[in-house]
Amino acid sequence: MSGSLGRASAALLHLGRGVLLRGPALRTRSSGPAGSGSASREHLDALVKKDKVVVFLKGTPQQPQCGFSNAVVQILRLHGVSDYAAYNVLEDPDLRQGIKDYSNWPTIPQVYLNGEFVGGCDILLQMHQNGDLVEELKKLGIRSALLDAKTDQDSK
Amino acid sequence: MELSAEYLREKLQRGLEAEHVEVEDTTPSRCAASFRVLVVSSKFQGKPLLQRHRLVNSCLEEELRHIHAFEQKTLTPEQWDKERQK
Repeated sequence: MSGSLGRASAALLHLGRGVLLRGPALRTRSSGPAGSGSASREHLDALVKKDKVVVFLKGTPQQPQCGFSNAVVQILRLHGVSDYAAYNVLEDPDLRQGIKDYSNWPTIPQVYLNGEFVGGCDILLQMHQNGDLVEELKKLGIRSALLDAKTDQDSK
Repeated sequence: MELSAEYLREKLQRGLEAEHVEVEDTTPSRCAASFRVLVVSSKFQGKPLLQRHRLVNSCLEEELRHIHAFEQKTLTPEQWDKERQK
C-alpha cells in the first residue's frame, strides 16, 4: 500500500498525547471495584466478546497515555471505526495484569476482533499497511473508511 | 539478569534459528527498558503474524517480564530479501 496510507502509518507513532477522537459511542470502562472480580477469566472473556472491536489501552481514546496505545487509536480512527469498546488498564492494576494472563501476551495495547485476540500495536499496524485490517473489518460487517478514501483517490 | 541488546540478539538467534536478528535498545526514548527487534527466520514460514510474534515472545519469555515496551518485526528470509531490494 502506498500513498496516503504509507504516510499516515509513518506519522502514527509520532502523534502526541491528547489527540481528540471525534465520533460517537465510545464505551470506556469506568473504574470498577478493584479485586480479582474485575480480571477473572470469565469476566475478561465476556468483555472481549461483548463488542466486535475491543481494545485494552493505556489511557483512553481521547487521551492515550502511551505511543503504542495511541497508534491503535489512530489506526481505528483512520478506518472510521468509532464504535468500539476501550478499556483503560491504567485505571485497574488487576485488569492490567489479568488481560496479559488471559491472552498470554506481555504488553498493552491489545486488540480483539470478534472476541479473538489479534495482537498489539505492531500487528495492527502491519495489518493496516498490508490491507488485512480492511478485510478483517469487512468480516465483522464494518466497512473501512479507507475503502471510500481510496476510491476518491483513484478517480482523481 | 542481563538485559542488553546483544544478549537478546543472541538468544533470539539461537532460539529461532534466525538468519538475521537486529535488536535496538529504545530505552532512551521510553520510560523503562524497551527494545525493538527484527527477526528473520524460516521458522516463520506459513505462520500468521500473531503466531510469529508468539514464537518470539516464548523465546524471550523470561526477559519480557522485565521489559517495559517491546516492538517486533518478524520476516521470513524471502520477505527479508524483498524488503532489502526496495
